[in-house]
Amino acid sequence: MTATIARKRSALTKGQLPKFAPYIVLAVALVVGAAILALIGFNAFGWGLVSAILFAIGLVGWSGAVEGGRKAKDKLATCLVVGAFLIALLPLVSVVWTVLVNGIPGLITPGFLGTSMNGVTGAFDNKIVEEGTKVVGGVYHALLGTIQITLLATVISVPVGLMTAIYLVEYGNDRPLARAITFFVDVMTGIPSIVAGLFAAAFFFAVVGPGTKTGAVAAVALSVLMIPVVVRSSEEMLKIVPNELREAAYALGVRKWRTILKVVIPTAISGIASGVTLAIARVIGETAPILVTAGFATSINNNVFGGWMASLPTFIYTQILNPTSPSNPGPSDQRAWGAALVLIILVMLLNLGARLIARLFAPKTGR
Amino acid sequence: MSKRIDVKDLNVYYGNFLAVEDVNINIEAKSVTAFIGPSGCGKSTFLRTLNRMHEVLPGARVEGEVLLDGDNLYGPGVDPVTVRSQIGMVFQRPNPFPTMSIRDNVLAGVKLNNKKISKGAADALVEKSLMGANLWNEVKDRLDKPGSGLSGGQQQRLCIARAIAVEPQVILMDEPCSALDPISTLAIEDLINELKDQYTVVIVTHNMQQAARVSDKTAFFNIAGTGKPGKLIEFGNTHTIFSNPTQKATEDYVSGRFG
Amino acid sequence: MTTNSLTTSPGAGRAGDKVFSGAAMAAGCLILAVLFGVALFLVVQSIPALTAQPEQIQGGHGFFAYIGPIVVGTLIAAVIALVIATPVSVGVALFISHYAPRRLASGLGYVVDLLAAIPSVVYGAWGAAFLAKEISPAYDWLANNMGWLPIFQGPASATGKTILTAGIVLSVMVLPIITSLSREIFLQTPKLHEEAALALGATRWEMIRMAVLPFGRPGIVSAIMLGLGRALGETMAVALVLSSGVLTASLIQSGNQTIAAEIALNFPEASGVKVNTLIAAGLVLFVITLGVNMVARWIITKHKEFSGAN
Repeated sequence: MTATIARKRSALTKGQLPKFAPYIVLAVALVVGAAILALIGFNAFGWGLVSAILFAIGLVGWSGAVEGGRKAKDKLATCLVVGAFLIALLPLVSVVWTVLVNGIPGLITPGFLGTSMNGVTGAFDNKIVEEGTKVVGGVYHALLGTIQITLLATVISVPVGLMTAIYLVEYGNDRPLARAITFFVDVMTGIPSIVAGLFAAAFFFAVVGPGTKTGAVAAVALSVLMIPVVVRSSEEMLKIVPNELREAAYALGVRKWRTILKVVIPTAISGIASGVTLAIARVIGETAPILVTAGFATSINNNVFGGWMASLPTFIYTQILNPTSPSNPGPSDQRAWGAALVLIILVMLLNLGARLIARLFAPKTGR
Repeated sequence: MSKRIDVKDLNVYYGNFLAVEDVNINIEAKSVTAFIGPSGCGKSTFLRTLNRMHEVLPGARVEGEVLLDGDNLYGPGVDPVTVRSQIGMVFQRPNPFPTMSIRDNVLAGVKLNNKKISKGAADALVEKSLMGANLWNEVKDRLDKPGSGLSGGQQQRLCIARAIAVEPQVILMDEPCSALDPISTLAIEDLINELKDQYTVVIVTHNMQQAARVSDKTAFFNIAGTGKPGKLIEFGNTHTIFSNPTQKATEDYVSGRFG
Repeated sequence: MTTNSLTTSPGAGRAGDKVFSGAAMAAGCLILAVLFGVALFLVVQSIPALTAQPEQIQGGHGFFAYIGPIVVGTLIAAVIALVIATPVSVGVALFISHYAPRRLASGLGYVVDLLAAIPSVVYGAWGAAFLAKEISPAYDWLANNMGWLPIFQGPASATGKTILTAGIVLSVMVLPIITSLSREIFLQTPKLHEEAALALGATRWEMIRMAVLPFGRPGIVSAIMLGLGRALGETMAVALVLSSGVLTASLIQSGNQTIAAEIALNFPEASGVKVNTLIAAGLVLFVITLGVNMVARWIITKHKEFSGAN
């Protein structure tokens, strides 16, 4: 009996590589890769790259010899697909690592989150570099500006975006106007952020006066970028509210607008809130539109409607491109990376928040 | 608390397509009327025209008259919202509001219309409606739990409680048991028998035994072929329709020879 | 004639419906107005640049001599980004949809979404501070060994702040866009087609070639177009990474410039007709990206009608 079973199994597994084949090839590839790199000068990135190529060649070649061309091609495709994924991970890991390594010293400097750049001049930075003292100045003004601008953009975008989504889902009925709005919202998602900034600038230049640069102009620019995101996500969420719930409400003699407000939106609210949070996360890191609309500021400005205003992204940008002290850019770099870390943390928190909102406030099925 | 419905020369269209043709039917107050017929014959579509729910579907419209105790549903100036508050509806699949508790589901018709109601009156209405739907004893201890946590049959009875809480004249039911198991179906059928003491009930069903069990009168709808409009073939006492129909098509259908 | 008892409306009903639907429609129209406004204000503010004397425009040869090279620079950067990002993105999308273990797949999708969440200025800073430095030895190698190709003509930039580096940073930024759209399309592949292919004894790769890729092709094309739109309009990656200059064929020397970076670098200090020139440059960028995006959307809509998906 055992003999027949064993023979049967071998009939199906005949001409296949053993299960552990990839591990053998990997080990050989790593060793040979290390040897090659040792000849031309060792570095970890090169070792990984050479080993990966050797691994692919080895596995595909072996498979081709034992299993034939079709299986070898399949193995090659698998290698390429997995390789693509690993390549895509490289920049993510590298960016996060770079920001952490460069950003932590800035972030843990006392007063970094609590002070502005008011009064901090190149002379300070030169002295800091010469005497090795702690970096002064921080991102408080930029953080405050980012929060104010983003908040105002949200206040503008959410009502407009949500109402548009309601129009499209509940009243649109595939009318020409609804189709035009859908199309142009799609187009709007593709507007380059700098063009949105130029629009807001051009609009306020024409209406208020040339050179008008305030937080509010920046908020309008961000709204242009945010509205389509809010429309699309809210639209998706309203669409998945079952029609049966609307019909149930209509059959009770409830008006359409009350049905929308009291039945449809509460059912979709977790998805809508999560979409809005993601939209905020998207615009909070926008640099270009703020650059051309809000100007630069080194001190705290609590009025979005008057005066130039700083923001985290533009703070990073100016500190890198135009260091406070051109001869000693070190302190400016440290501040820029610290701000970058703060910005990334903000964005990640918003992303995480969006996921939590979606999970926690989803309608309870109770089952 | 119940009214009769008289339908005169009713045609239902989807855009230019005639879906249901020339229906004339008189539905008595405090009776149960069943609509039977093969799939796609327009019986559900016709049912929806009895409280203007078909208007929710884009492009649907009717010609003819539907009289609720003599008042035309389609008369000039008639508000469909008023119509629906007098003629309630229960759907194929149970659809309690997932964001609301059992109690709020029953009160939905009142609360969603922003009517002021005292807590005492609300409690009484909840109890009365759930009693009327034979659900009170099963849920009285968990009125604050979400309605979607109930079983399918309980959910459907919750939907019936929700419909009768707005005190309608007529209750329309669109295949209310098709998504339920046999025991839940039996509970709903018992309930329909009790409801006819107070309400006019119209029920669409695919299940001929169910029509025979619950209804006083039965209407048979049929369709000549795809693309043709559905028609009312025969309408009469349930007993007559099932034992001694006048039309050949009705006899074929109720004896199981087609459909 | 008896009065119809059904004509009475309960409560403050009908007005509410009208107000609410009106407000919803107004919001939709506002969006159309804003988009129209974007175009209108850009055009109005551009006119002074187009009508100005050639000497008034930067470079001294009129607007078109000014905009021409940076349009080409924009296209070069975007094409580099797509050439790198497209194969990688499609690979990643296939990995998530058809190769990764089911349980991992959604988590991996989230990781790719994180790539999209990182602000562009951070990518720019990373490109300038890390990537440019690390990659410049490779440029030296390219200049020495492949220098006979015009695009790799030496001497390579010592800082690594070249259009190729900018293109690589851009490719990282468009990668999540192309990936997530392709992944969605791949997941929509009819299960029946896939199972039919597998039942014929196809290997996984043959199944993907027979069922998944043909189904997903229009989706991939439109995803690439949307990625192109993003790459064309991206500002910070280029502004921070590229050490800009005149149009040059070599990708590994400093030089070239893109529209978006040109605006970002000059707008804050610009005045007079220079402002109008930059707004006109923005208008050109707007028109180019609008065209690219409309083609992408058109492919998606056309595809939807035939696919039967959704």
